[in-house]
Amino acid sequence: MSEINFLWPLSGGLLIGLSAGFYLLTTGRIAGISGLVAAAAGLTGTGISKLGLGFLGGVLGGAFAASTFLRQPEIEVTSSLPLLLIGGLLVGFGTRLGSGCTSGHGVCGLARLSPRSIVATLTFMTVAALTVFAMRLFAGAI
Amino acid sequence: MFTKVASAIVCGLLFGAGLVVSDMINPARVRAFLDVAGDWDPSLAFVMGGALIPSTLAYIVRNRWQAPLFDDQFHVPPGTGPDARLVAGAVLFGVGWGLVGLCPGPAIAALTTGRWQAGLFVGAMLTGMITYRFVLARPALASR
Repeated sequence: MSEINFLWPLSGGLLIGLSAGFYLLTTGRIAGISGLVAAAAGLTGTGISKLGLGFLGGVLGGAFAASTFLRQPEIEVTSSLPLLLIGGLLVGFGTRLGSGCTSGHGVCGLARLSPRSIVATLTFMTVAALTVFAMRLFAGAI
Repeated sequence: MFTKVASAIVCGLLFGAGLVVSDMINPARVRAFLDVAGDWDPSLAFVMGGALIPSTLAYIVRNRWQAPLFDDQFHVPPGTGPDARLVAGAVLFGVGWGLVGLCPGPAIAALTTGRWQAGLFVGAMLTGMITYRFVLARPALASR
């Protein structure tokens, strides 16, 4: 983890930003994954969203293709089963209550300097860092 | 509708590839990025920086356009100020993100690796969204 290679993250970030930019200019919408998941699952009160299903299907296809042809991902999940459940519940509930996640607020919201998204991004980044710090403090290692 | 869905699929493909290429899909990497007081791995800051370049350009273009290519209007929410729900939601999301190292996009992308942990996390995430929908979003439903 000490090796800092910035080209992979920079390239990946550019792809994510291109995706968000194209989505805005073609469909007029924000590429916020939490909102798209809720829309695809029919949890936004307007039925099941074809755009949401299309986008998420694309995410699965793109991740699979990139894993096969570009970079084999290393997935290290260190969380125990109860933590995965609690974390998932908090992420699902919190992103709906706060109207967005890393993509909607972080990428799309910061790009248009939305005050709501700036506050949301600063809040969840700070709280997530504090959570990792607390976990390390109480559990010994992360 | 066909062009919009096709566009959504293409954008999803780019997004999913970006999550794998950037290593946002790896919870250990994300938690190392969040571990600012420990063995901090700043590489994911380049993901945010890289993503903001094209998306900011797109918002500059958007300001000159009357409507997007495949729709008759933009659906970007109005620029209202932050409120208690926004902050409370961001706090809960931040705790969940810190506990596991997965946020919604990478969690979905991680399903392609066939790891049971990803499936469990996405299931719990959907349960959280359903809980919100049927507990807190009820009044909004009734007034619709």
